[in-house]
Amino acid sequence: MNETQDHLREEFDAYVAADKKIEPKDWMPDAYRKTLIRQISQHAHSEIVGMLPEGKWITRAPSLQRKAILLAKVQDEAGHGLYLYSAAETLGVERADLVDDLLSGKAKYSSIFNYPSLTWADIGAIGWLVDGAAIMNQVPLCRCSYGPYARAMTRVCKEESFHQRQGYSIMMQLMKGTDAQKAMAQDALNRWWWPSLMMFGPSDSESTHSSQNMKWNIKRFSNDELRQRMVDMTVPQAECIGLKMPDPDLKWNEEKGGHDFGEIDWTEFYDVIAGNGICNKERLEDRNKAHNDGEWVRDAAIAYSEKRKEN
Amino acid sequence: MSDNKSTWPLWEVFVRSRQGLGHKHVGSLHACDAEMAIGNARDVYTRRQEGVSIWVVPAESISASSPSDSEALFDPANDKVYRHPTFFVLPDEVNHM
Repeated sequence: MNETQDHLREEFDAYVAADKKIEPKDWMPDAYRKTLIRQISQHAHSEIVGMLPEGKWITRAPSLQRKAILLAKVQDEAGHGLYLYSAAETLGVERADLVDDLLSGKAKYSSIFNYPSLTWADIGAIGWLVDGAAIMNQVPLCRCSYGPYARAMTRVCKEESFHQRQGYSIMMQLMKGTDAQKAMAQDALNRWWWPSLMMFGPSDSESTHSSQNMKWNIKRFSNDELRQRMVDMTVPQAECIGLKMPDPDLKWNEEKGGHDFGEIDWTEFYDVIAGNGICNKERLEDRNKAHNDGEWVRDAAIAYSEKRKEN
Repeated sequence: MSDNKSTWPLWEVFVRSRQGLGHKHVGSLHACDAEMAIGNARDVYTRRQEGVSIWVVPAESISASSPSDSEALFDPANDKVYRHPTFFVLPDEVNHM
């Protein structure tokens, strides 16, 4: 039995190392299945919880066009959550159980969504920086070894670049406005910059899942590599519209061909993950309320379909 | 753990991206009946004109071949390369056949 398992495991490792794709019914090591369920469901939860900070601004968007755009963006996030739950279910888990884990607080979601969206400029900063960081993380996932996840990410990435551009366009417009509007944009950047860099996860030396996930082609680049790319991509975008990066240690390093930047406050990162962020409690309460308020609708839909089957 | 009463069955979704092409599998979703599955599929999988027609199929109704049978099913074609036209070498003078 163990010999068979070892043999299957060797075949699997060689297959994945050759950059081939695994599909739902193929044999896979338990740890591969588990790590994918964890990652894909956390990713799905992040899309769903991610609707909350932006959803709050739909009714307060400054124009009808901005409102329609934000509404479409938030609807996309719901769609992304659903593509991902669908991919997770191919690994043999029930969606209802995944949702229960989110609602009970057992499952994690991206800690960035535990920060509040205080002003309209935050909607710009979220699209530009948070979706920007998400794209940086997600583009390599389009080549992930697990087929359904890779296909879901391809759809997500196509839609995500609209999100980033609409965010940047909000910032651009504010930076062409009054002094107060410029200050609002700068304030949003100041508050969202560091949490956005934390989205790439702990530094490579501290990251617990990285090396095995690299071997399995679930992860293609290290947290620090992706973070560096994010910094190098964003700095000129900020400069271009007259925003100042909130990092006194930020400077171009000719030798490495990238920016040096300041130390991330990892105490804050772990604190928010542990549940002590500004909005952790509010987000879970909002999700639970939405789920509970919708229960009668789900039950009624089932009752209606059963009644129609009888007739 | 989850309340079965509120769990809608799983449907696989197939979308025809434009007239002239076949329906292609795009993912799955939950819905209590076919009508709702089509409505949900429209919202989840065709927000950007990705489709002109949708099929939804209860996931439990799909029968699939097993990866362990793939050798028996698909390997016999390996040694029948003569089924491809490139197996036959033509004289240079014969350009199109």
